[in-house]
Amino acid sequence: MSEKGLHVKIGELKSDLGLIKNLELSVGRIVEEKWAEPMGPTPFPSLTTLREWDMKLLQRYKPFYLPFCDVCCLCTFGKCDLTGGKRGACGIDMAAQQSRIVLLACCIGAATHTGHARHLVEHLIEKYGRRMPLDVGGLNIQVEAPVTRLVCGVKPETLGDLEDILDYVETQITHCLSVCHTGQEGNNLDFESKVFQVGMLDHVGMEVADIAQIAACNFPKGDPDAPLVDLGYGTVNIEKPVILCIGHNVVPSVGIIDYMKENGLDGEIEVCGLCCTAHDITRYYNRGKIIGPISWQLRFIRSGVPDVVVLDEQCIRTDALYEAQRIKAPVIVASEKNCMGLPNRTNDPADAIVEDLVSGKALGALILDPEKVGEVAVKVALKVAPLRKKFKAIPEVDEVLQKAKECRQCGDCRRACPQDLHIPEAMKVAMEGSLAKLADLYDLCVGCGRCEEACPAGLQVHSFIVKAGEKKLKEETYKVRAGRGPIQDVEIRNVGSPIVLGEIPGVVAFVGCANYPNGGLEVAEMVREFASRRYIVVTSGCAAMTAGMYRNEEGKTPYEEFTGEFTAGGLVNVGSCVANAHIAGAAIKIANIFAKRNLRANYEEIADYILNRVGAVGVAWGAYSQKAASIAAGFWRLGVPVIVGPHGIKYRRMLLGRADREEDWYVYDARTGEKVYVGPAPEHLFYAAETKEEAMVMIAKLCMRPNDTTKGRAIKLTHYIDLHKRLYGTMPEDIHRFVRTVADIPVTMKDEIVKILEEKGWKETVIPDPTLLPRLIRKKKE
Amino acid sequence: MAAEPWQTAEIPGPKKASVITKPEVVVAMIKRAQHPVLVVGHKAAEIDFDGGKLVDFVIGFAKKSGIPVVATAHMIGEFTKRGFKPAAFMPAVDIGNRLVDPSWTGVDGKGQHDLALFVGLYYYMEWTILSGLKHFAKHLKTISLDNVYHPHASWSFPNLSHEEWVKNLKVILEKV
Ligand code: SF4
Ligand code: SF4
Ligand code: SF4
Repeated sequence: MSEKGLHVKIGELKSDLGLIKNLELSVGRIVEEKWAEPMGPTPFPSLTTLREWDMKLLQRYKPFYLPFCDVCCLCTFGKCDLTGGKRGACGIDMAAQQSRIVLLACCIGAATHTGHARHLVEHLIEKYGRRMPLDVGGLNIQVEAPVTRLVCGVKPETLGDLEDILDYVETQITHCLSVCHTGQEGNNLDFESKVFQVGMLDHVGMEVADIAQIAACNFPKGDPDAPLVDLGYGTVNIEKPVILCIGHNVVPSVGIIDYMKENGLDGEIEVCGLCCTAHDITRYYNRGKIIGPISWQLRFIRSGVPDVVVLDEQCIRTDALYEAQRIKAPVIVASEKNCMGLPNRTNDPADAIVEDLVSGKALGALILDPEKVGEVAVKVALKVAPLRKKFKAIPEVDEVLQKAKECRQCGDCRRACPQDLHIPEAMKVAMEGSLAKLADLYDLCVGCGRCEEACPAGLQVHSFIVKAGEKKLKEETYKVRAGRGPIQDVEIRNVGSPIVLGEIPGVVAFVGCANYPNGGLEVAEMVREFASRRYIVVTSGCAAMTAGMYRNEEGKTPYEEFTGEFTAGGLVNVGSCVANAHIAGAAIKIANIFAKRNLRANYEEIADYILNRVGAVGVAWGAYSQKAASIAAGFWRLGVPVIVGPHGIKYRRMLLGRADREEDWYVYDARTGEKVYVGPAPEHLFYAAETKEEAMVMIAKLCMRPNDTTKGRAIKLTHYIDLHKRLYGTMPEDIHRFVRTVADIPVTMKDEIVKILEEKGWKETVIPDPTLLPRLIRKKKE
Repeated sequence: MAAEPWQTAEIPGPKKASVITKPEVVVAMIKRAQHPVLVVGHKAAEIDFDGGKLVDFVIGFAKKSGIPVVATAHMIGEFTKRGFKPAAFMPAVDIGNRLVDPSWTGVDGKGQHDLALFVGLYYYMEWTILSGLKHFAKHLKTISLDNVYHPHASWSFPNLSHEEWVKNLKVILEKV
């Protein structure tokens, strides 16, 4: 659907309104009929529509490139040496090459979510029909698809409407991907603008996926009291047959749960999941169990607990089939995107497949029919569970101690370990008969298995660590609130004002994967810190699970400790990766519902609003994937800064503001047209923190926005200064940049701060009605 | 002399750090530099060093050499606790980003730096920041003082045993 095509459609509509009701309606037409809001300036933006906005952001938040490699090897001219300012055979330089790789990563991420969305929508249409209404929260959620409305300028009402939106997204992703070809774009900032474009598209794709599944699978619909569900290895009843689902696409899991229920087997079998599929299982079926984040794959499979392993798509270990074979668990692969070399049994009778899997004649099967997956998985689980007797791949303690003696102390494991864990030392202690040091590594290990690949003695290092940490693993019994999906309109109305005025100090979203630098506990600590400080804390994906893997002094997990409402001091799990769109959606809805800014195809204005007024920050402490990159990119364009953990520096490019360059921090005062210095708020757009302490201080800082009222700014400064003092042991040195008038100064710290301001030669300034868009100035300055 | 990156797979490409074979090399580089800076990551508070922590060595070194220190992450607290005031503290990516800008006036306002020494960051963070500097800060030479080979620095130790490394750093401290 090109922009031009869309305008033609609208033209037809305006001249022909009466006839439309009798036609097979396209999205634009339905919208035109029922959505009175006038079309904004940028419906279905093409690659360059929002380029000017991007350049404004990139002017302030300049890319800092951190090449992962000196060369480019994308075409047969290469490898090309790009060191010392050299250009490759195609003429590209290092800055453009790095931004190209960022674009490529984001295209992969956006394509993955959008492919997922397309599969879901097609499947759900087949099941429920095109006309199935998109009810994601009844009267409580009237703005059902804020991202889609903002970007595309259409208001989807049925499953069928989502198809046209995906047409647009897919076309644009293809264009963005094509930009990565040798000899297309040559300028790094233009690459970056396309990164933003594809990030924005990604959020549309995610939103489509999640509202489709919420509506059709009857997931919680923006429910702050969504059920608390079980989380952790220890919650699985291993006496029962266990089906483990890994991945992101809930469709095959739904097939399993439905088959189980229809055949009176509910409660007889444990259905559990790893990664986002687990979230969506529990959104569908609250007796489902979440084992944990992505990094629990090896430890859980090797534990021998799963009797059947069902793989759908994304973030699945590509050796999952091999690992499942080691514990004699049959594997069902259920996605065209992940066939694992298995024969396609989709058209075979279910019982024949069951027989082959149970007898061991077949190790696995590709089944592309979710209902058949359900039947086969359940029948196989029931039959193999008694035969397997939870056959494990993790050695017993004696064996670990014995095997440890074969360690050559070569250090290759440590040099392969992304966490630089001191494995050889731990092995040395194990040689002497104690697993204590190996057990210490359990919490820090991200379960990648690289240590084992590297070990010349063939030692199962990861399994040893898991065995040593077994007690901790078995004690993992927590609660997480099932993903609630979108934020209700009424919640936005309630918090819009305090957020925009700064009285709720910020919205902090802990999202993304589990490549944590220092174990998952840090996420739970950060979540608790900010929820206790009455920020609105949102979670999604693996981070949402990790946040739940903690108990306070009263034995409560964070989801039991804090309310699930989108309010000060709330802890809101929106759901799986694709539910991230609701976080962007909440920011957009603040601008629309609270501030009454036009939403429809009005991207720049809404992004400008969010950047200047909505103190929201994303934290992806363990971000690892290309999807995480594109999700972040969607937030950048919308003016929401993203903090990643230290591993996130490997995304090869940061978008950093320079607080010391005063000229970078002027905005227009929309009332007068004057340019006003507002300080570095927010200071960065994309930034990797080295430690948890640094991240916490930065979260508080990045929540400040030019629009904060004096009361709001004083509250935000209080948190920033308080965290800074506690974690850095000193006052921040940049307070003068955030105090605009004396009334901004927190009363309890007045004397101390006034002294600092004097030393810094601080001058009072005004609080503008901030915007970066000259067209929003109400009175033009002559 | 060839050296292997500490993380086996982190192979950089054609331009690799010269290996510091003798600690005197570092001393000579520092003496030649007009305006060096020392960037100290959070691990300096964790790594044992000669009965204390690496940060204790760093403080002695900074005092003796007069090189201004930038503390990254929460290291400022560790320095303050020990009664030492670094020239600046800021996130590691921020100091990296400032070092690539030829017009930056440095941590002390005396102009951009021509030599940056790094110690105590996560290997992969230092690795990537040094890469950013190698590619985009033409005015700058970099030295890693870690006990592992950092191929993106201008100069780096090879992977050293803890004892060897301590010995080397002590020589630097003595001769700087
Ligand atoms: S894409 Fe360009 S830089 Fe890369 S290998 Fe080909 S010619 Fe060389
Ligand atoms: S599995 Fe754990 S110990 Fe092994 S390399 Fe990965 S993170 Fe390190
Ligand atoms: S790689 Fe294997 S043999 Fe070498 S130190 Fe590690 S565990 Fe021991």
